[in-house]
Amino acid sequence: MRKTFTRFIPLQLLLLVIAAQVMAQGSIQGLVEDEKQQPVPYATVQLQGTGMGATTDEDGNYTISHVAAGTYTLQVTYVGYATYAQQVIVASSALTVNISLKPDYQNLSEVVVVGYGTKQIKDLTGSVSSVGSDQFLNGNIQTPEALIAGKVAGVTVTSNSGMPGAGSTIRIRGGTSLNASNDPLIVIDGVPVDNNSIAGAPSPLSMINPNDIENITVLKDASAAAIYGSRAANGVIIITTKKGVPGKNKVGVEFNTNNSISQIYKYVPHLSGDQLRAIIDSAGTTNMKKLIDSTGNTDWQKQIYQTAFSSDNNLTIGGGIPNVPYRFSWGFLHQEGVLKRSEMDRNSLSLNVNPSLLDDHLTIALNLKYSYAYNFFANQGAIGTAVTYDPSKPVYSDTSLYGGYWEWIDPTTHKPASLAPRNPLGLINQQEDNGHANRYIGNIQFDYKMHFLPELRANLNLGGDWTRSNGTVFIDSTAAAYFTQKGQFTQYDQKKTNKLLEFYLNYTKDIADINSKIDLTAGYSYQDWLTMSPIVQDSIQLADGTKIGPSGYPTLNAAGDTIFPGGIPYKTENTLISFYGRLNYTFMDRYLLTVTLRDDGSSRFAPDNRWGLFPSAAFAWRISDENFLKNSKTISNLKLRLGYGVTGQQDIFNDYPYIANYAQGDPTAQYQFGNEFYYVLRPAGYDANIKWEQTITYNAGIDFGFINGRINGSLDVYDKKTSDLLSTIPVPAGTNFSNYILTNVGAMENKGVEFTLDVIPYDKKDFTWDIGGNVFYNHNEITKLNKVEDTSSVGVLTGGISGGVGNSIQIQAVGYPTYSFYVLQQLYDANGNPLEGQYTDFNGDGKNTPDDRYIYKKAAPDVTASLYSSFRYKNWTAGFQLRGSWGNWLYNNVASDFGWLNSIDGSRHFINNLVPSYLDTKFQKAQYTSDIYVENASFIKCDNINIGYDFKNLISKKFGLMATFAVQNVFTITKYSGLDPEIQSGIDNNIFPRPTIYSIDLDIKL
Amino acid sequence: MKTKLFKSVFLVSLIAIILSSCTKDLNRSPFYGLNTDNVYNDPSNYIHVLAKLYAGLSLTGNQGPAGKPDLDPSSVDEGYSQYIRTLFNIEELPTDEAVCNWNDPGIPELHQMAWQSDGYWSKAMYYRIFYQIPLCNEFIRESSDANMSSRGFSDADQTTIREYRAEARFLRALSYYHAIDLFGSVPFVDENDLPGSFYPKQISRVDLFNYVESELLDLQNLLPDPRTNEYGRVDKACAWFLLAKLYLNAEVYTGQQRYTDCITYASKVATAGYSLEPVYANLFRTDNNLSNEIIFPVTFDGLKTTSYGGTTFLVHCAVGGTMNPLDFGIAGGWSGYRATVDSTPDFGFANHLFGVTPQNPKGDTLDSRNMFWTNGQVMQINDISSFTYGYPITKWKNISSTGAPGSDPTGGFVDTDFPMFRLADDYLMYAEAVLRGGTGGDMATALGYVNAIRERAYGNSSHDMNSIDLNFILDERGRELEWEAQRRTDLIRFGEFTSGSYLWPWKGGVKQGEAVGDFRNLYPIPIDDIIANPNLVQNPGY
Repeated sequence: MRKTFTRFIPLQLLLLVIAAQVMAQGSIQGLVEDEKQQPVPYATVQLQGTGMGATTDEDGNYTISHVAAGTYTLQVTYVGYATYAQQVIVASSALTVNISLKPDYQNLSEVVVVGYGTKQIKDLTGSVSSVGSDQFLNGNIQTPEALIAGKVAGVTVTSNSGMPGAGSTIRIRGGTSLNASNDPLIVIDGVPVDNNSIAGAPSPLSMINPNDIENITVLKDASAAAIYGSRAANGVIIITTKKGVPGKNKVGVEFNTNNSISQIYKYVPHLSGDQLRAIIDSAGTTNMKKLIDSTGNTDWQKQIYQTAFSSDNNLTIGGGIPNVPYRFSWGFLHQEGVLKRSEMDRNSLSLNVNPSLLDDHLTIALNLKYSYAYNFFANQGAIGTAVTYDPSKPVYSDTSLYGGYWEWIDPTTHKPASLAPRNPLGLINQQEDNGHANRYIGNIQFDYKMHFLPELRANLNLGGDWTRSNGTVFIDSTAAAYFTQKGQFTQYDQKKTNKLLEFYLNYTKDIADINSKIDLTAGYSYQDWLTMSPIVQDSIQLADGTKIGPSGYPTLNAAGDTIFPGGIPYKTENTLISFYGRLNYTFMDRYLLTVTLRDDGSSRFAPDNRWGLFPSAAFAWRISDENFLKNSKTISNLKLRLGYGVTGQQDIFNDYPYIANYAQGDPTAQYQFGNEFYYVLRPAGYDANIKWEQTITYNAGIDFGFINGRINGSLDVYDKKTSDLLSTIPVPAGTNFSNYILTNVGAMENKGVEFTLDVIPYDKKDFTWDIGGNVFYNHNEITKLNKVEDTSSVGVLTGGISGGVGNSIQIQAVGYPTYSFYVLQQLYDANGNPLEGQYTDFNGDGKNTPDDRYIYKKAAPDVTASLYSSFRYKNWTAGFQLRGSWGNWLYNNVASDFGWLNSIDGSRHFINNLVPSYLDTKFQKAQYTSDIYVENASFIKCDNINIGYDFKNLISKKFGLMATFAVQNVFTITKYSGLDPEIQSGIDNNIFPRPTIYSIDLDIKL
Repeated sequence: MKTKLFKSVFLVSLIAIILSSCTKDLNRSPFYGLNTDNVYNDPSNYIHVLAKLYAGLSLTGNQGPAGKPDLDPSSVDEGYSQYIRTLFNIEELPTDEAVCNWNDPGIPELHQMAWQSDGYWSKAMYYRIFYQIPLCNEFIRESSDANMSSRGFSDADQTTIREYRAEARFLRALSYYHAIDLFGSVPFVDENDLPGSFYPKQISRVDLFNYVESELLDLQNLLPDPRTNEYGRVDKACAWFLLAKLYLNAEVYTGQQRYTDCITYASKVATAGYSLEPVYANLFRTDNNLSNEIIFPVTFDGLKTTSYGGTTFLVHCAVGGTMNPLDFGIAGGWSGYRATVDSTPDFGFANHLFGVTPQNPKGDTLDSRNMFWTNGQVMQINDISSFTYGYPITKWKNISSTGAPGSDPTGGFVDTDFPMFRLADDYLMYAEAVLRGGTGGDMATALGYVNAIRERAYGNSSHDMNSIDLNFILDERGRELEWEAQRRTDLIRFGEFTSGSYLWPWKGGVKQGEAVGDFRNLYPIPIDDIIANPNLVQNPGY
C-alpha cells in the first residue's frame, strides 16, 4: 500500500534508494543527454517496479547501486522530454547505460498549479493556460502581468499608461460585470492578494518584482476557477515565484541587469503657434486676438517629455542545503518615466525555502517577499495642458514671479487668472509628489502526509499581504495654481492588512481493482482585508475642549497654515470565509471528471444573502490514449474537455453596501444653527438585499498535438451568463438616499472562441524555430438591465468625458455590448465635410435633440490575436511578438474637447490651443456627442523584437553570459488619429504615453 | 484501516467545527459613523441628522467643498448639484435677469430656453429635491412618537425631537413646493415609504399642492413662534411665508385663485416682528445673519459650510472683466453671469428695470439696488459667449457691511448666507395679492409696504409711489429680488415667461428674442427617472 503510493511522489526517491541499498548486488550507471548532446542534470532515472532509482548530477551522470541481478525496465523522465524506457539486464558487475532523451514538445507531464494543489497538464479538465518564464515577454517589464501580454488566448492585458510602474487592466474572456470589479483574482504562491490600489504606489502589482516569477497560470473557465468561488467570475491568475532547485547542493549565483532607454515616439497632434495665429486672425474673437502673441511657437509637449533611462538589476542566490532548497533574490529597479521627473525606484527581496522533514512526510514552503518602492509622481495634469497650452507663449517669463514660468495673469488683480490653465512645465517642476510604499507578501505552508494514512495529506497555509505606505504632495507657494492659498502641502498614509488562513485535507487513492483514481480535497479558508488611512486614527481635541474625529491629515499651505482640516479617516474591513471541496476522478487513465463546490460567506452582504454556493463539474476524455490512437505517429495528443461552473463576484469597492450607514460629515461640511456649527450625519444610499453576482459558464475545448507535439494547440468555446449583475443604476427618485445605488439588476452574456497554436517547424542542433499565436473572439451583450421589463428604457449612461461638466458618452443598454457609445449621428455635406450641429433626426421630431442619440460601436474588441516567434541559431537567439485588436473603437476626447473654435475661449483672460481635428471639422462650438469622434481603434502592435547571444563557457564552464537587445512598443499600425489606440476604457483623454523602449539585458550565471 | 478512516473523519469534523465558529467574523460593520439601527437610539444624534436636512440646501456632500457627494457624480457634477446654485440657474438663466457665457452642459440651453428631457439643470434640481425628500421622510419616520417612546426617550428629549420633526416636515414641504413650481406632477413619497427601490406613484400638481398646503397649515401650529428659534432654523413665519407664496401662485399651480389666503399669511409674516434691513446691500454680505429682515436663511461659512454652490457660486460667477475680485472678498472670479441689459429700441420693454438707456448707460443710479458693473462692459449682449457683453451684477459679496473680507483666507469660499425668504418679498406678495383682487388686505397697506421698500432703495421718500399696478409689481420684484432665484416663477405668474409679448435678448435662442412653447413653463421630469420609474408620465411637450 505504502509502496504503491510513494511511487507517485518523486520526493520519496532518495529515501528509497537508500533503503534499497541493503539488499542490492550490481549497479547501473551512465550519462543522460538531450538531443543536442548536452548533459541533462536532475533527470529522474528509475528501475520500474522496484522503487529503485537515482537523479542525474549536474553533468548528467547517474548511478544506481546495489541492484539485485535480473532484468529491469530502466525509465528516465525529465520535464520537457519524452519518457525513455529500455530493458536492462543487471549482473553482479557495473552496467553502463548512456541515454539520449528526445524532446517532448507537448509537455503533458508538466505540473501546473491549480487552486489548492497541482495537476499534470494531461490531467486538466478545465481551460487552463500556463506561461513559464522562458515564454515571458522580455525587455523592460516592471509589473508581473505585463509578462504575459499577448501570450494567452482569451486574456487581454492592456497597460494602463506609460507611467513608471503603471499597472495593466487584465480581462479574461471579457468582463462579466458592470460595476463590480472585472479584474481576475490574483494568487501569488497560494496567497490571494489585494489588487486594489495602494496609496503611494502606481499600481498594486508594481510592488512585485517580475524577475522573481517562474510561472503564471491562468484559470480561464469556471470549472477550473470555481474552486475560488465568489472571486472567480473574472478568472484567476496564479503566480508562482521561482524556487530553489531540489537536490542541488551547490550555490548558484545569477546576476541580471537590464538597462533601457525610453522615448516618446509620437506627440498628441496639436497646432503650432503660427497655425493658431492664422485661425484666430481669420475667425477669432477680439479677445482671442488680444490674448495671442504675434510671434512664438512653443511646442509644450517637447517641454514636458524626456528620454528616460532605466536600470533593473537582480541578484539571485539559490541552491539546496541537503533537501532544503532555497532561493534568495534582491532586485533593484530604477525606472524613469518619459514625463519629466516621473520615477520609480523599487527594492525587492524575495526568499523561498522549501524544507522536507519527518522522512519527507512534512514539507514546508516558506515564501517571503518584501518590496519598497519610492515613487515620484510627476504632475500628469501637465500632459493634457501641454496639448492645449497657448503655443505663442514662451516657457519662461521675464520675471521671477510664479517660479519664473510664464502664466496667464488677470489684468485687474495682477494675479494668476482664475480658471486659466497653468504653465505645463511649471506644473511639473513646482509639484513634489512623493510616495513611499512597502509591501510584504508572505506565507508558510505546511503539507503533512499522515504517518498512519499516507494517502491523506493535511495542508495548512498561513499567510498575509501587508502594505504600509505614505506620501506627501508639496506645491510651491509660487506655483500659479495655488498662488492665493500660498502653495499646498498634503500628506497621506495607508495601511492594508490582508490575513489568510487556509486548511485543506487531500485524499488520493489509486483503486486498481476498478481501474480508478480518486483525488479528494476538502478545505476551509478565512481571509480578511483591513484598510485604513491614515494609519494613526486619533481624535482631535478642539479649542473648546470637545473631541471630534478621529481625523485625517489636514490640507496645509506651503507655510504650514491649515487650509482644510482633515476629514473623517478611512477604515474598512471585509471578511470572506469559505468551505470548499474538489473531487478528481480518473477512470481507465483517460476519462477524467472533476467536481468542485465552494460555499463562500462574505461580510459584504446581509446575513440572509451572505452565503453563496458555487459548484462546477468538468469532464475530459484523453482520446489519444484510446487504443485506436495510442500508437498513432501523427496524433500525439487529443483531449476533449467539457466544463460547467458557477462563479461569483463580490468585489464592489464598498465593504458595507447593505447597511444604511450614517456617515459623519467632515469639518468643512457642517451646518450652522444659532452660533454653533453641527457636524452632519448623512445616510448613504444602500440596498439591504444586495447579494452575489453570479456567472454560469459553459466551456468546451479540444487540446491537440501532432508529431510528438511539434504542432500543438487548443480550441475552446465558451458561454458565460452573468445574472444579478451588480450595477449602479438610477433608482426611482425619492426611494433612496442617493439617485444611484448599487444593486443586483440585469444580466449579461459573454460568448467566445479561443484558439491557440504553437508550431516548431524546425528543430535541429544548430537551428530551431518556434512560432505560435492565438486568436480570441468575444461577443459581449447586456441581456437585461432593469428590474422590470421596460422596452422604453434606453439604458444607463456611463463613461464620463472631459469637456464641460458631467457629459457622458457611453451607455449600458440591453441588446448591446457594455460601454457602447451613445452619440448623435453626424450629417455631412456633399463634399464629406461635417455639418455643425446637424444630426440624423432619429426620433423624427424635426429637431436636433439629445433624444436623437443612437448606440454606435463599443470599446471592447471583437477579436484580439497575437503572433510570436523565436529563433535560435547556434548561440544566437531572436524573437518578436505582434499583437492585434479588431473591432475596438475609441472616443477621441482630446479632439472633441479642443477641436472647435470657441474652445480657444478668450473670454476669461486666457486662450487655449486647438487640436488639428478642428482643421477637418471647422466646428465653431463643442459637439461632444457627435459620432465623428468615435474612431476605429483597431490596431496591430509590435510589442517586442529581440536578439540575443549566449556566451557559453565564456571564461570557464561554470560562467555563462547571455546578452539580449530588445525593442519594446516597436510600431503601431492603426487608423486611429490620436496618440495611441490602445485604451481600455474606450475614451482617449490624454494618457501618459507609452514609450518605445530600447534595452540591453545581461544575464550572468556563476 | 477502518480505525484510521474513523480517525481522519473525526479529525476533519473537529477541524470543521472549530473553523465554523469563526463565521461570526462575517458580521462586520463600519468603524465610523452610525447606521439606522443605532443612530436614532441616542437622542443627541437627532440634531446632527437635522443639520444634514438643512445642509441639503447648502452642502453637496459630506466633505466640503467637494467630495463624498450626496448625488452620484456621474449623473450630476457635485458642484452643480448644490440646491441654491441649481435653483438660481433654472430660475434666473431663462429670464430677463441673467445670461452666462459658459459652455458647461445645459447652461446655453437654459438661456436659450431649449432644454430637453435630459436637461442638465432640471435633472440636477429634480434629484436634489428628491434627495431632500427621502432624507426628511426617514427622519420623520424614525422620530415618530411611537419610535421615541419605544426607545425610552425622556419627555424633554421627546419634546425637542418633536420640534425637529416639524422642521423636517417643513423642509420636505419646501422641496415639494419647488417640485410643484418647477416640475408640476412628480413622484410622491412620504414617511410611510421605506427606503429601497420601488416605483413611487406620480401625484398630480393639484394633489401635491393640497398636500403641501395641509402640511404647512398643520406646521404653523407645531413650529416655534416667529423669531424664537435659533438662527438658521425655521419657525411659524416660514410656514406662513411659504403658504403665502403657494397661494400667490395657486392660479398657476391649480387653476384656482387663492389671493385672499395669500394676503392672510403674508400679513401674518408682515406683522410678526421682522423689519427691513436699513441698507439694501447689507442683505447680501457676510454679516447678513444679523439682519432682522431675513425670515429663512440658507447658511454658508467659508470654512465650515463649504461647497461650489450657494453664495460661493453667486459671488464668484459674476466677477470678471475689470472687476477686482478682492473687492468681493474673493481671490478670483469665474467671469460668467451678467444681466441681460439691453435698452435698444427692440427691447423697449425689456431691462428697463433700472432705466438703462444708450444715453444713460448706467441707469437709475439713485436706486441703491442698481448694482450693474458697467466699466469695460458693453451693454448689449451681442455675443453670449463673451463676458464683455452685458452688465454683471455686484450684489453678492464675501465682505461684511463694514468691508471686512470673509473668513476663508484663500478667498475661495464665502460666508454670506442666502436669504431664501425675506420680508421685502413678503411685502411685495401682499401688494400683488391685493392688486390681484384678494380680500382681507387693503391698498393703503400695500402702498405702505411698497414705499417702505422704495425708501430703503433710494434712501428717502422721493421715489414713493402714489399708485401701483401689476406691471409695476413685476418690475419692482425684478429690481428688489434680482438674482435671488425668483424670476422665472414671477414671469410665469404674469404670463410673460414664454410669451412673445415680453422679450429679452436671446430669449428662445435668437438675439432679438422670440416666444417659446408654453410647455416650457414646466421643466421636464428627467429622462433618467422616466426610465427608472415606469409609473411616471412626462410633462407635455417633452
